[in-house]
Amino acid sequence: MTLHVDIPEETLAGILAKAFRNRSFLVGFVITALVGAVAVLSYAWTPYDVTRLVISDKTLAPSWAHWFGTDHFGRDILSMIMVGARNSIAVALVAVGIGMGVGVPLGAFAAARGGLADEALMRLNDLVFAFPALLSAIMITAIFGPGAINAIIAIGIFNIPVFARVARAGALAIWPREFILAARAAGKGPTLITIEHILPNIATLLLVQGTIQFALGILAEAGLSYVGLGAQPPMPSWGRMLFDAQTRMVVAPWMAIFPGMAIAVTVLGLNLLGDGIADILDPKSRRQR
Amino acid sequence: MSLLEIENLSLSIGDTPILKGVELAVAPGEVMGLVGESGSGKSMTALAVMRLMPFAARASGRVAFDGIDILAASEDQMCALRGDDIGMVFQEPMTALNPVKTIGEQVAEGIRWHTKASRAEAEEQARKILDRVGLPSAKFPLSRYPHELSGGQRQRVVIAIACALKPKLLIADEPTTALDVVLQAQILDLLRDLVAENRMGLLLISHDLAVVTAMADKITIMRHGEVMEAGDTARTLSGQLHPYTRQLAQASMHVPARPRPHTAGSARPLLQVDGVTRDYPGRRSSLFRRAAPIRAVDDVSLSIEPGQSVALVGRSGCGKSTLARMILALDKSTSGTIRFSGETITGRSEAELKPARRDMQVVFQDPYGSFDPRQKVEKLVAEPLHVLDKKPANAERRELVAHALHEVGLGPRDMDKYPHEFSGGQRQRLSIARAIITRPKLVVADEPVSALDVSIRAQILDLFAELNQKLGIAYLFITHDLTVARAITDEVLVMHEGRIVERGKTGAVLDHPQSEAARALVRAAPDLHRAIARRLQEQG
Amino acid sequence: MSAYLLKRLIIAAATLVLASMVVFAVLEIIPGDPARLMLGMNASAEQVEVLRNQMGLNAPLALRYLHWAGGLLSLDFGRSYTYSVPVIDLVRERVVVSLPLALIALALSTAIAIPVGLFSASRRGRAGDAIAMGVAQFGVAVPNFWFALMLIYLFAVWLRLVPAGGFPGWGAGAWPALKSLLLPAVALALPQAAILARVARSALIEVLNEDYIRTARAKGMPYRAVLWRHALRNAMIPVLTILGLQFAFLLAGTIIIENVFYLPGLGRLLFQAITQRDLIVVESVVMLLVAAVIAVNLLVDLSYAVVDPRLRSRQ
Repeated sequence: MTLHVDIPEETLAGILAKAFRNRSFLVGFVITALVGAVAVLSYAWTPYDVTRLVISDKTLAPSWAHWFGTDHFGRDILSMIMVGARNSIAVALVAVGIGMGVGVPLGAFAAARGGLADEALMRLNDLVFAFPALLSAIMITAIFGPGAINAIIAIGIFNIPVFARVARAGALAIWPREFILAARAAGKGPTLITIEHILPNIATLLLVQGTIQFALGILAEAGLSYVGLGAQPPMPSWGRMLFDAQTRMVVAPWMAIFPGMAIAVTVLGLNLLGDGIADILDPKSRRQR
Repeated sequence: MSLLEIENLSLSIGDTPILKGVELAVAPGEVMGLVGESGSGKSMTALAVMRLMPFAARASGRVAFDGIDILAASEDQMCALRGDDIGMVFQEPMTALNPVKTIGEQVAEGIRWHTKASRAEAEEQARKILDRVGLPSAKFPLSRYPHELSGGQRQRVVIAIACALKPKLLIADEPTTALDVVLQAQILDLLRDLVAENRMGLLLISHDLAVVTAMADKITIMRHGEVMEAGDTARTLSGQLHPYTRQLAQASMHVPARPRPHTAGSARPLLQVDGVTRDYPGRRSSLFRRAAPIRAVDDVSLSIEPGQSVALVGRSGCGKSTLARMILALDKSTSGTIRFSGETITGRSEAELKPARRDMQVVFQDPYGSFDPRQKVEKLVAEPLHVLDKKPANAERRELVAHALHEVGLGPRDMDKYPHEFSGGQRQRLSIARAIITRPKLVVADEPVSALDVSIRAQILDLFAELNQKLGIAYLFITHDLTVARAITDEVLVMHEGRIVERGKTGAVLDHPQSEAARALVRAAPDLHRAIARRLQEQG
Repeated sequence: MSAYLLKRLIIAAATLVLASMVVFAVLEIIPGDPARLMLGMNASAEQVEVLRNQMGLNAPLALRYLHWAGGLLSLDFGRSYTYSVPVIDLVRERVVVSLPLALIALALSTAIAIPVGLFSASRRGRAGDAIAMGVAQFGVAVPNFWFALMLIYLFAVWLRLVPAGGFPGWGAGAWPALKSLLLPAVALALPQAAILARVARSALIEVLNEDYIRTARAKGMPYRAVLWRHALRNAMIPVLTILGLQFAFLLAGTIIIENVFYLPGLGRLLFQAITQRDLIVVESVVMLLVAAVIAVNLLVDLSYAVVDPRLRSRQ
């Protein structure tokens, strides 16, 4: 029995139809869109002003007035979660941008050139992989002091080898294909071939990896701001809210529960979205079904 | 009584019917050939007998093996049958063995499972069967891993696994399709002997009518999930009563018309290869040592005249594809020179190669892998226009593509489609359209028809012949299939272990090969004419 | 030794050297004079200069690096600016908390993930698989330090089964110490196990589609037996890769989790050192953790060779 493993190209309508039948894509898309919408909305409106401290209202339990309760300064948790979404999304998005922007060209270049350039890139990857984002953040903080920018740089640096690796592996799988030989026989050089043939064929891979790194970025940012290496007060951030909640677990557990759920739901949405995209566009998963 | 009896077997996956009322019977000790083109359902029939179909498959009808109703049997009963009473050999030897287990473990495993023999006994038995399939203990101890074996040797291991317990029925699904002709002949001989020794029934599945004719007592021909014709091999193929049988047989032996064959000795050669050698660095054995370099192509010289069609034949790994890549300037030669239209192309920069690239194009084997799935036909077929000094404007480009498509029998509307919307044969037409769009003088075709079904293959060979006659394009056909060489070329070069060992007029070389390598190729090549004649003699 | 193993060893060593250069370079660009920091603002310029000479801060860059790196090799990390004790002593008393924590978490997550992966792969598409993977999907999304807070709330505040934090030390006996590491280890392990179980499942399913699985089935072996004997070992290769990558996350997680549970481990030491700007301690601990990541990745590379004979061969 012969199975032809190829990358079937499909019409946009076909892909959309499949997307609507894919449950993880749909759920993931709805959650992600919702979180994004809340973040955008927070610029225009929040239930309460997060910069105003109302000490008389401190650590109020969830009620109709404060759906998620208030914190130790009397700030509305729901409003803070809405504003915090901005920070999480911005940091994770820019970090993915840095990772893709630097990593993908590096990986594609290494695959196209091979030999010494490839070896050098892989060794550089090993080096960066030896520094988990938290350690990079610690070192950067040691130099420049704490701040949201540090988190972006640290997570971004960690994303670079991830994307370089994915781009390289994807490109290496495409390079030996006969249509690349055909392009070379037409006199096209490595750069042109990479732009015309390689990148469009690994775009799906990169998109899926992008959603995964986005989700990981949100988790990492929360971790960094939890230990004080990310966004600094008074800027609300999900991780910082959890730090504030820690010592007040007994009196105000809602201070911990809701920001954590915000993180989990956002990451869940992104992961489902990534799974869905992979399912829809990856011919391998289709073959298995 | 039959050993295997399939009655009215229908099978569908989801809403797609795969098999429709298949009837087939194999008697003990009988060789049944099951022939069909891709999508005919022949592999699915075999998997149904093993009950190893995909999970989603739904089967109805009756499959009886040795009195057991296969479709109704419990999974435990099936496990007892598989590997013990029914053995199976698969198409792709490179992936059929577990890479992390030794060949000894893999052969002994089935023996231990079924006979409850001790490890030592099972290994002793495994040793015997490996010796029998031609893997002697001196060179192939049980502790060998699959990656240390060649494709032919791995297929022998798979056969050893299937035959270890002397099954009553052996199913071989395209067992030699992934191997070159010489290996194919060896594996077929081995199967024939094993079947005769143990009076096994053999269900041999193949797309190759010549292979089946040479092996099988009876033949069943399938198409689109239905049996077209079945009967004694000799009578079925000599009579050719069923139109589809006739069509298959004729396509297998098809020779395209070329009213004006090339006459040698004309003007100066189009392509001139002088003493070309290609070494690949040996594998690193440690950080500081490398094995001696491997010489893939060894001091090869040849020339092709304008309009001439030349075949380069040889076993797999003989260096023919490497040579082709050097001619196409896709690989660098270690020494020697290649001249095209009088210009040296070895050691030239990409810019200097432009004129040569314009006049020299390529067609690859795999009609699925040779197109970027993300681009439309217009862009794909127009790709070689990149080498023109003056890039054509959009309208002119569409014009050129439409013309090229027309020449290969496709319409201008195909321009806006993606490659996946075409069948295998149509894609190979697209490949050819891409190759001729710059009006080249030479087309290098690397196994251009070996992935195609016979009827499609005949059409593509016709197209090659027609373009040669109409446009005067010279061909270098790289192939392991002597029928293709015979059908479409004027001259043959026989390559063996990196060297060209014989050359001459196609008919002369193939009818009276001089070198040992050429004789081995000709002897091993399946030939439908010869096979039918021999069958007729045997079966009367 | 095969070329593969030798190459991996050399690469690991080279990465370690490069990483130490990076860490050293960071130490160099950091503003502030360690000698001034140790002596305080009131010290005279002469005093500082004497100390600088004593600490070797006036030597050329390359020499200072070699001195520092040589010190690392002989476990001499220098003296803490704030505590004025050898850094190695600080590290030694913290490692006995962090290392057991990381190892318990790693063992726990593997012990959970592999059986779940096997279970799901063998029941692919059925209810059991769907439930297991649904739970895993949530597990991947939950930040471990939040999960830790919830565990504290549930088991320590509500049920009062385990201490909410702190560490009695190994001197008080193994059980109380282990008990206080239990909750942090679970908090670390479960999210990691979720990731690993997903990887194990998809690796198994990928392997189950291979031709050699069909060959094994054609031998007459039942599906379960094939899963254990043929699929599992081949699926270990991607699982090992993720395990290696996860160790880096696990270390980072340990550092954070220690803060949640007030465990006196390397993580606490690191954050105290940052707030006190005790750079030599920061540098030393970072270097130690980086070395651990590199060592684990080397271990993963070596275990590939155990699993896959193609990497063992001398050819």
